[in-house]
Amino acid sequence: MSGVFSPTRAKIKERTLRTDKWWLQPLVTFGVLFSFIIYATFRAFENAYYFTEPLISPFYSPCLSEACVAGSTIAGFTPVSAQVLNFALSPALIILIFPLGFRMTCYYYRKAYYRSFWLSPPACAVAEPHEKYTGETRPPLIFQNAHRWFFYAGLVFNVFLTYDAIISFKNPEGQWGHASVGSLVLLISSTLLWFYSLSCHTCRHTVGGRLKHFSKHPVRYKLWTWVSILNHKHQQFAWYSLAAVAFADIYVREVATGAWTNFYFF
Amino acid sequence: MARKLNLRIWRGDSDSGELKDVQVEVNEGEVVLDVIHRVQATQIGDLAVRWNCKAGKCGSCSMEINGKPRLACMTQVASYPEGETITVTPLRAFPVIKDLVTDVSFNYKKAMEIPAYAPPADLAPGDARMQQVDVERSQEFRKCIECFLCQDVCHVIRDHEENKKSFAGPRFFIRIAELDMHPLDILKNRKKTAQEEHGLGMCNITKCCTEVCPEHIRITDNAIIPMKERVVDIKYDPARWLGSKIRRREGL
Repeated sequence: MSGVFSPTRAKIKERTLRTDKWWLQPLVTFGVLFSFIIYATFRAFENAYYFTEPLISPFYSPCLSEACVAGSTIAGFTPVSAQVLNFALSPALIILIFPLGFRMTCYYYRKAYYRSFWLSPPACAVAEPHEKYTGETRPPLIFQNAHRWFFYAGLVFNVFLTYDAIISFKNPEGQWGHASVGSLVLLISSTLLWFYSLSCHTCRHTVGGRLKHFSKHPVRYKLWTWVSILNHKHQQFAWYSLAAVAFADIYVREVATGAWTNFYFF
Repeated sequence: MARKLNLRIWRGDSDSGELKDVQVEVNEGEVVLDVIHRVQATQIGDLAVRWNCKAGKCGSCSMEINGKPRLACMTQVASYPEGETITVTPLRAFPVIKDLVTDVSFNYKKAMEIPAYAPPADLAPGDARMQQVDVERSQEFRKCIECFLCQDVCHVIRDHEENKKSFAGPRFFIRIAELDMHPLDILKNRKKTAQEEHGLGMCNITKCCTEVCPEHIRITDNAIIPMKERVVDIKYDPARWLGSKIRRREGL
């Protein structure tokens, strides 16, 4: 017997005496994240309907495979063979490891899925079901310490997705000066991704948090204070950006299949 | 307006115990500690409860109220729906002594394991000078009243007694962060020992410590995660490690 049922502790048979709906938040988190995982997996393997001039889905950008549909690459740059290790990989599978890794190792998402998927703990002061616990001290969870490398990669992806948003202000004939619902969808998605990345705890540490003397680095101190303001909303940016990316992909897919029409404002 | 409150109080010791139902008068504006004192004065004279300031500053009256770690002196009875039974138990992460009183000496042992503030040897008393921007991070952590609610709610030790020997807990991670961020502290190995001796890597950042802190210290965001990032600097980031060898970099 361990934990709250250890011999020296107060003899209370319940795992928790909380009377509020403590199970609701992990349940909702599980439902939303699980739905996203299912949808993202389906889309990553679908390998179709990810591009329609001038819109590209964020799940497939940058499109680096020789198998990418015409027009979806950046200036024809396709360094990855269509056949990798004799498998015809979807272009999404080549790149999704980076944004996926960024979110998997994110300090906010760690809280979210440790609670909702692993029940460690399911909620505060609710006994977890596991016999043993070693946290992030050994593989595989010790690799959470690689978060900063995914953060750097995420910044590169944000540049590509911002480029995609800018390109979307063309019409299907490639002429500049037009704006559609798709342009707004990609612009909102890429902007929220910047907010999510720049509010990250690793970003806060990198710009100034690691310093001992702020007074010797006034510029980095200022940056740190700005990132700290964003950092307060990191959880919200995590959810908003996830929803925006998913919606951007749905939008591009539906336009590419012909189910929806990409309405042009001008 | 006085009304009757249904209260369930855990009574017992380390051998046995049970929840005892009592009905007690409660007046407008009273906190849970008030009604516990009324029970003690009128119904259960030998009810054990630890308290002191009744102002949320001494950290003595920590207990669990409806399953949540809280200060009894800062918990308004009116914050619960009228008619709801309020259940009061001792902290469930520590050995119980009697009724609502637990043995929190684990925390004092952990406190002794944290190396003290280490200013430069040539800094004479009275000569310490610091700028506000350099100490404001550490000052947040000095608000800690040592109620140990964060220690109680932390599942690393609450749910795993065996981890107590290798895990200092959130209260002491803010102590380590306070010193590691202190502009005049020169002890170099705080990050390394935080990870290797005090169990920082055991924390999985589920933020319960922050949720229960009565001083609203942002324990996870401002202390634990920054310390985890500092540990990454010295242990898991080859680029930073190499940079520190080529030229001395601040913060490493």
